[in-house]
Amino acid sequence: MKHTEIAIDPFAASVAPEPAPAPDAGPPLRPHGAPAGRPSLSLARHLVYVLKSNPMTLVASVLFVVMLLAAVFGPVLAPYNPLKSEAAAALQPPSFSHWFGTDDLGRDVFSRVLVATRLDLTIALAAVAISFVLGSIVGSLAGYYGGWIDKITGRIIDTIMAFPLFVLAMGIVAALGNSVENIVYATAIVNLPFYARMARAEVNVRRDAGFVQAAKLSGNTDLRALATQIFPNALPPMMVQISLNLGWAILNAAGLSFIGLGVNPPTPEWGIMVAEGARFIVSGEWWLALLPGAVLMLAVFTFNMLGDGLRDLVDPRQRT
Amino acid sequence: MILSDGGRTIEAAVPLVKVDNLSVDFKTRNGIVHAVRDVSFELMKGKTLGIVGESGSGKSVTSYALMRILDAAGYIAGGRVRFSSIDIGAATEAEMRDLRGREISMVFQSPRLALNPIRKVGHQIEDVLRQHLQASAANARQKAIEALRHVRINNPEERYHSYPFELSGGMCQRIVIALALACRPQLMIADEPTTGLDVTTQKAVMDLMADLTREHGMATILITHDLGLAASYCDDLIVMKDGEVVESAPAEVLFKAPRHPYTRKLIRATPHGTGTIRELLPEDSPLANRPVPASPKSAEHKTTPILAVKNLVKEYPMKASAARRRGEPAPVFRAVDDISFSVGHGESVGLVGESGCGKSTISAMAMRLLDPTSGSIVFQGQDIGAIPAGRFATSEQRPRLQMVFQDPTDSLNPRFSAARSIADPIRRMGKLGSARAIAERVEQLAELVGFPAHLLDRFPHQLSGGQKARVGIARAIAVDPALLVLDEPTAALDVSVQAVVLNLLVDLRARLNMSYLFVSHDLSVVRLLCDRVIVMKQGRIGEQGDCETVLEHPTNPYTKALIEAIPHPNF
Repeated sequence: MKHTEIAIDPFAASVAPEPAPAPDAGPPLRPHGAPAGRPSLSLARHLVYVLKSNPMTLVASVLFVVMLLAAVFGPVLAPYNPLKSEAAAALQPPSFSHWFGTDDLGRDVFSRVLVATRLDLTIALAAVAISFVLGSIVGSLAGYYGGWIDKITGRIIDTIMAFPLFVLAMGIVAALGNSVENIVYATAIVNLPFYARMARAEVNVRRDAGFVQAAKLSGNTDLRALATQIFPNALPPMMVQISLNLGWAILNAAGLSFIGLGVNPPTPEWGIMVAEGARFIVSGEWWLALLPGAVLMLAVFTFNMLGDGLRDLVDPRQRT
Repeated sequence: MILSDGGRTIEAAVPLVKVDNLSVDFKTRNGIVHAVRDVSFELMKGKTLGIVGESGSGKSVTSYALMRILDAAGYIAGGRVRFSSIDIGAATEAEMRDLRGREISMVFQSPRLALNPIRKVGHQIEDVLRQHLQASAANARQKAIEALRHVRINNPEERYHSYPFELSGGMCQRIVIALALACRPQLMIADEPTTGLDVTTQKAVMDLMADLTREHGMATILITHDLGLAASYCDDLIVMKDGEVVESAPAEVLFKAPRHPYTRKLIRATPHGTGTIRELLPEDSPLANRPVPASPKSAEHKTTPILAVKNLVKEYPMKASAARRRGEPAPVFRAVDDISFSVGHGESVGLVGESGCGKSTISAMAMRLLDPTSGSIVFQGQDIGAIPAGRFATSEQRPRLQMVFQDPTDSLNPRFSAARSIADPIRRMGKLGSARAIAERVEQLAELVGFPAHLLDRFPHQLSGGQKARVGIARAIAVDPALLVLDEPTAALDVSVQAVVLNLLVDLRARLNMSYLFVSHDLSVVRLLCDRVIVMKQGRIGEQGDCETVLEHPTNPYTKALIEAIPHPNF
């Protein structure tokens, strides 16, 4: 038996269906942490609960905030100009003056990593946002209407999935041209099938649910019921997908840069830095590739960890 | 009682099951929940014990503790459970595994969930037999077929090869019973074995269980929320409330002379074919003595019906590949087969039938959620059947036609608070502009249906079944409908909650001048609320007429069978 059945029925306190508020209802019954008053307040309270109950989410959230700050204030905070080379200080190991050491042109690696945060996060967020929005629309329509919409979108998605995704992304960037914008588009297209499929499945199981019929009785048109009633219920699993995808999108962007597609040197970007630093590992200058790589890994880790917390946050059922 | 016969205790006097002060706790996010407190009872061999209570009373947990199959979070916190000579609390897991299925078996609530969907039912019975070394590879098949025959399944050799999805709900429950009885256990625990089954199927399954337990001399524990059912089939009854036993007595004594007020309330709340709707409420309820308002029938009631359905047909295509190959038209299944009926102004009509009879399809078509294959649906003089279901949401008739759904949980959006659910139709179709006016209207509606205003911020999962039902009703009446379709609005509720909700519906009907189309499988509930009843079978109308006439003097054999299947104790 589940706990839900054990919960003492608060209804018992107000049996009388009097038009006046039941006089024997007693003091308001409020379960622990129940939303009180304004929704914004309850969301904040719920956020605190989610963070408290899952320490990994807390760690990931802190790291995420640090990354956001680095993205916004990176160029201001950077101790050195990330583009300025200084031949005299080339290939210095990490020290107090250069935390992550310097590269072959004498540029400060820490400053470059810090400044690169903005570019990498922008690529990842933009790509995921595009694929989330497009994928959700396509998938929801396919899941709700079925029929030929479902068949056509389904086959297109299968076609995309048939390619090795990274190779597809490479092909798109190579065809469209080497630019940050095109990396975003390529990453978005490659990710689209995941959102479309998930949205389709989540919408499909709820298509005939009672609350959807009730929504239609309430005067919602099909499209409005889909957008305001069904789709929000698909959000919790989508949130997990988003966070996993953010990490993957960063890796994808870095990978494209690593093989020379996308961001051009000397623009600081994690993937390029790892690629350029890789040449020096053999000669013992490990910090050039390893430290940007570690930051990259940390970013991916952060997004992966954030998923569960995000899901709990958007799911009102968790707010008990 | 201890009797000795030359120093030897007479075995018959030793209870098969003896539970002393059993307490079960659950560890949850909000601390420890005492699900069962201080429960004691004993059960003799060959006897049937009924544990009756509403949801959350701890009746299922008690039985799970007997078999030690509690959730990971649950544990026996105190007391002792003895099964013949074994102390269940102290037995090792290996001993329990051996006991479960062989000595104690269980019949679960939902037969379809209890069976493995991708394994033939015959193989599933063999699994149990082989697990407990009751059969060898050589004779397992034959024993399984015997077990199927035993639960009165026709063509057991053929059914052996069936998958659960190919069988009806009643058949599945028979298979589950066959599984439970396969090893000839001494004790069978049946946890709501007939919830979700039709009344006639319920009667067949319960009769079967009663016969088999008598044949085997088994002891049975029947867990149910239905006091009538328990009293009909049990020797002794225990009534539980909030994890405690409030009364225990032989069935006849308890049913005829209940001592505890809660038992009295339960017995009153169970519809039993006589009395008014007010008599379902507890004696001390302020409503219990108020007169039942008559349906708001008006003079035009007979002449111009509010809803007139003519020659309504709904066909669904069946698997057509074979026919298409032969060039024949695809075969169709007629879910609704040429139905005509009408609902007068202010009249309440009951639409009764068992699952699959087409009653829900009719209500969905009348509600314009589903397009009919042919036929007309005339509502207030307009043929709304001609408006496609997809476009009806924006029709001006939409607010006039509303519905209360069967499952209050499924019909509320889990992401919407109660207030938002009620406000949705007002936002879409009401003429109220400002957020303030809408909020006021929502509060007014909540008051009307007796929903506590301080709960309006809550989400569905934070509300009880009765509260969710009230939200569903408030939403349906939010835009002043003229006709309300009630699709088994109380099927998912406890009897005491059902009593309150039914009374609420009667009062609202008079107050808001509505007509009802009440869809139900339960004739005894329909009788309380409706003027007229339509009995349906297999997509057609079997019988229709005044409630009293149809119930007192049914002419159709199917109606008779339905009425007879309502469980009522014979004393």
